[in-house]
Amino acid sequence: MLARAVTFALVGLEPRRVEVEAHIQGGTPSLTIVGLADRACQEAKQRVRSGIVSAELEFPGSRVTVNLAPAELKKEGSGFDVPIALALLAASHQLPRARLAEHASCGELALDGRLRRVGGVLAVAEGARRDELERIICPYEACAEAALAGVEPVGVRHLADAVAYLRGELEPPEYIVGNGKPRRRPLDLADVRGQERGRRALELAAAGCHNLLLGGPPGTGKTMLARRLPGILPPLEEEQALEVTRIHSVAGLVDPDHPLIGYAPFRAPHHSASTAAIVGGGPRLRPGEASLAHRGVLLLDELAEFQRPALEALRQPLEDGELVVARAAGSVRFPARFQLIGTMNLCPCGARGDPGAQCSCSAQRLARYRDKLSRALLDRFDLVVTIPRARALELQGGPGEASDPVRSRVVAARLRLAEVAPKRVAAADELLTRAVERLPLSGRGRAKVAGVSRTIAALAGSDAVLPEHVAEALAYRAPSELATP
Amino acid sequence: MALLSEPAVAIVGARACSPYGAQVARMLGRELATAGVLVVSGLARGIDGEAHLGALAGGGHTVAVLGCGIDRDYPAAHAALARSIGERSLIVSEYEAGVEPAPWRFPARNRIIAGLCAATVVVEARERSGALITADFALEEGREVFAVPGEITSALSAGSNALLRLGATPLTAAVDVLESLGIQPPPDRAVAANPLLDLLPATADELVRRTGLAVGEVIAALAELDVAGLAAEGDGIYRRLA
Repeated sequence: MLARAVTFALVGLEPRRVEVEAHIQGGTPSLTIVGLADRACQEAKQRVRSGIVSAELEFPGSRVTVNLAPAELKKEGSGFDVPIALALLAASHQLPRARLAEHASCGELALDGRLRRVGGVLAVAEGARRDELERIICPYEACAEAALAGVEPVGVRHLADAVAYLRGELEPPEYIVGNGKPRRRPLDLADVRGQERGRRALELAAAGCHNLLLGGPPGTGKTMLARRLPGILPPLEEEQALEVTRIHSVAGLVDPDHPLIGYAPFRAPHHSASTAAIVGGGPRLRPGEASLAHRGVLLLDELAEFQRPALEALRQPLEDGELVVARAAGSVRFPARFQLIGTMNLCPCGARGDPGAQCSCSAQRLARYRDKLSRALLDRFDLVVTIPRARALELQGGPGEASDPVRSRVVAARLRLAEVAPKRVAAADELLTRAVERLPLSGRGRAKVAGVSRTIAALAGSDAVLPEHVAEALAYRAPSELATP
Repeated sequence: MALLSEPAVAIVGARACSPYGAQVARMLGRELATAGVLVVSGLARGIDGEAHLGALAGGGHTVAVLGCGIDRDYPAAHAALARSIGERSLIVSEYEAGVEPAPWRFPARNRIIAGLCAATVVVEARERSGALITADFALEEGREVFAVPGEITSALSAGSNALLRLGATPLTAAVDVLESLGIQPPPDRAVAANPLLDLLPATADELVRRTGLAVGEVIAALAELDVAGLAAEGDGIYRRLA
């Protein structure tokens, strides 16, 4: 007897339809899985056997072949457990085959027959909608995520429930988004005392989507500031939110209670991260940190401690807003339009920029440290700010302005920039020209200053870029000491 | 005509100048004009035109000395520039209206340029450039001659570098010229009067706290001081220069 279940395998972020065929014939009892299944997928044999037995169903006592078609597509992970089990049960007449064929399914089986969540449920559900399957059988916790794709989720906790549902003996349980738990609030700017210049730079970065590099001695609050950027960014639009959720779903990072990521994501990989961890790839072609930060913030704390290849690999997404991971078998695209925030000390020992400390770095060490950042990468930072050590006096002050009013200003500025970008008045043009002559300012540097000055004008609610806006923008250019040729 | 009694400096050089030469000529023109110096040149393409443009941008006065009648649009590309010079300052010529431009009239024109000025600056000049003729006239009259150093491999700088070898004063900034004329360089009066200068050295945050100004205003003011060469940032701390 032959039966089919439908599921979807992921190629990058894209779902590809996979037909799980189970065939039972006479012979010595055995279970064989064919169709380019990886290790985790092969191990499904043991889980499916135990799961079926635990659900008090019958495991066929003859030769069983499971084929994952199309055979040339590589199948990875444990999400095939449920479709394999269901196809097998349909082939052995334990549930109606026709009804199974109307459903997509995915999920991992526990040995006791319960269903476990897997990554990429949203993408599978989107595949189901594309192929006009109206329902998807998935683990109960993944219901809210699957529902985002516009298909009806059938959330089940146990394999026995799935079988009962397909036999028409059980209605799928209702699911509740959020389970009544509030979403975690992002960090608030009110925690930051003093740091007027840093706060200003952060606000500009948020309003103009500028990349920001914060320099300064350790302990001056660079990281603290950077971590508060997501809190002042506007919420994502629905289309963007779905895009971001898809990426996080594939990486298995979706919060089951609040699957839709409606706010700018924030990623802060450690500086020991490999190139593949940052830009994506690896044997399973997973999205990297740069893609997980899509439509959000990628914080590279201690920028100069990252491996140089990992940093250089960021140049492509910074330019194109996407990452193309090429393999011999073909290439995969991951969207990666993120805002880059870097922090770094001014020298390897960290004492530079701190009036109370003596820097012990040799000239070579200093040069090596700064060489880590190529000119090309440094050029991608529109705003460069040095945060000196705050005096005790500033830290005694009250709490700073909270994130909410800052975010309102950011939203207003973004609207203004989207409507009509402010233009420079003649005097502002003159100042910019004078600055290009006087300061070490390249063509790209000039363009960056022009862009930042527009953001400053928009934030000030001005319809034109005035000289003071250009002047302030000039203060955020990369200082010459960072720009080693 | 009262214009011609002010201290004057000639800025001359190649017509086919490099971007570097154009930048220097315009910068010198503007800075000298801002300091109240009359900028004199020959309205030719390249260095001459840039010097005039710089002087006009700096809000100062500039005199164009022509090698043809003053009603001729020569060079045609500078017709608009000639009009704005005519409106704000002065265009002079020793020729009658209608006289055609001709190669042999330009060296004679250079004689007038050199004569009008207390100093002559050669920005870029080829080996046999008309600008060198101007410099020769200036030297004969005992006026100061400056040359802007150029790359020794560049044919465009061969003439100006040769002047340096013969003893012309190397020009490294507009201030060099002003000093030789005994003029105090007035660094952008409005900017120099900025009260923030007296509070330096300080970080931007300290200035915000001490002045009560908005952080954007403080940063903009500091950047203006930076562009004017009056202050500079190092490791997040702004310091006063000179």
